Amino acid sequence: MIIKTQRDGFLHGVPSEITPAGVYQQRRTLMKHLATGVAGAALASWAARQAMAQGTPRPGKLAALPGGRSAVAGASTMEKLTDYKDASTYNNFYEFGTDKSDPAKNAHTLKTSPWTVEVEGLVRKPGKFAIEDLIKLSAQEERVYRLRCVEGWSMVIPWVGYSMSELIRRVEPLGSAKFVEFVTLADPKTMPFVGSRVLEWPYVEGLRLDEAMHPLTLLTFGMYGEVMPNQNGAPVRLVVPWKYGFKSGKSIVKIRFTEKQPATAWNVAAASEYGFYSNVNPNVDHPRWSQSTERRIGEDGLLAKKRKTLMFNGYEAQVGQLYAGMDLKKFY
Amino acid sequence: MHPAAKPVGFVVCLMPFLWLVWAAFTNGLGANPAEALVRSTGDWTLRALCLVLLVTPLRVITGCTAWARFRRMAGLFVYFYALMHLLSYSWFDMGFDVADTVRDIIQRPFILVGTTAVLLLTLLAATSFNRAIRALGARRWQQLHRLVYGIAALGLLHFFWMRSGKNDYAEVAVYAGIIGVLLGWRVWRAWRTRTP
Repeated sequence: MIIKTQRDGFLHGVPSEITPAGVYQQRRTLMKHLATGVAGAALASWAARQAMAQGTPRPGKLAALPGGRSAVAGASTMEKLTDYKDASTYNNFYEFGTDKSDPAKNAHTLKTSPWTVEVEGLVRKPGKFAIEDLIKLSAQEERVYRLRCVEGWSMVIPWVGYSMSELIRRVEPLGSAKFVEFVTLADPKTMPFVGSRVLEWPYVEGLRLDEAMHPLTLLTFGMYGEVMPNQNGAPVRLVVPWKYGFKSGKSIVKIRFTEKQPATAWNVAAASEYGFYSNVNPNVDHPRWSQSTERRIGEDGLLAKKRKTLMFNGYEAQVGQLYAGMDLKKFY
Repeated sequence: MHPAAKPVGFVVCLMPFLWLVWAAFTNGLGANPAEALVRSTGDWTLRALCLVLLVTPLRVITGCTAWARFRRMAGLFVYFYALMHLLSYSWFDMGFDVADTVRDIIQRPFILVGTTAVLLLTLLAATSFNRAIRALGARRWQQLHRLVYGIAALGLLHFFWMRSGKNDYAEVAVYAGIIGVLLGWRVWRAWRTRTP
């Protein structure tokens, strides 16, 4: 007698059991975590990532700006996302005040439309981009990056944007271009603290051309599946996940290609404390505080221990080769 | 002065602390509660310090000696908030890790300035009750408690140094202004009573 069962010798998995590509691609990191004994945390974040596989839930505050899954290595950390509320109320944006609660209170005056970004300097195709055109220049991707502030705190934020290299390729830098300078808005009419003596205005940041070309360097238009809140640098900002947060300029109005290293805001203000590179590095302390640990915002309340800061903020595998042979204590 | 004045003053001075405890348990301290606790206890120490330094000018200017009855209480509140400040730092920021704390203090000497101020305040708090005053003798006790002027200077230096990271001295200037006026008034008064 033939007994028929459901079994056909092959078990089909259901879609919900399929490991997301992002997790699969980071299996080595997962194994490393297992080996170093943080398996519990890693698995918890893996579960969180699973739950989010359908895309980050939108906070529902601003217009939607969905981003597709990114194929760039290291583009999506599996760690637990920082709450949108924390990420949008705890900001350093000195044009709106130096207290971290100031930008969320004051940045409503920022006028993000019309907005143009001017590309100039050593490029074959300089030009002015209206923000609507810049957004459509390349497909929007979601990138879940760790953000490490030089002050010693960190977050995990799902940004929406595309690799800065997409724009750079289109404007065709000349052979003499070695650096990219990012000039941000300094409008005393809408930014109450422009003119304060804390820094020189406008706030200028810069990268070496190869750093700007790295696929992880993100020209960013939104976060949490929505357009950027003003206090986080609307309508367009940079995100360089392996560098301290201040390297990622907000509300960018000009991108300039230069031969000489740009004079960047914090470097001009205090050269001995803030270098041009400012890569996240637990082994090179800030002269006035340690950089070996960080407080992850929103992590397990008051009594949570600080976590160890990772070399290049955990992106060493992706960006380490950019700095091969460089003395990172000298080029801090 | 009304007999309830002192208990009311006590409750008012305790309110910031109660509010902080309430906020800590109800997730009301914002994105970085550890930082919020360390900073606000520091702020309240400075405010209490301004308050205690205000007592004598108020007494002399109004000619109402009853104000002096608030001085010890205000002084002890300075010490209380300073202790909470130190405790928040060592607990929530450093997790009571001695090695981490030592490393942190070497890099941030302003913490040492603050700690010195707390140690000096301990000396004053420990000699704040009547028997200590009697044992020391009023004159020596008063000389010892003039340390509070130095403590105020240390507190300001601590705050100034901390804020130098952001080149943002607006708040420091406010406290320096208030404390400067309160101490300056004492200098002016001492100078005026000495010259014939």
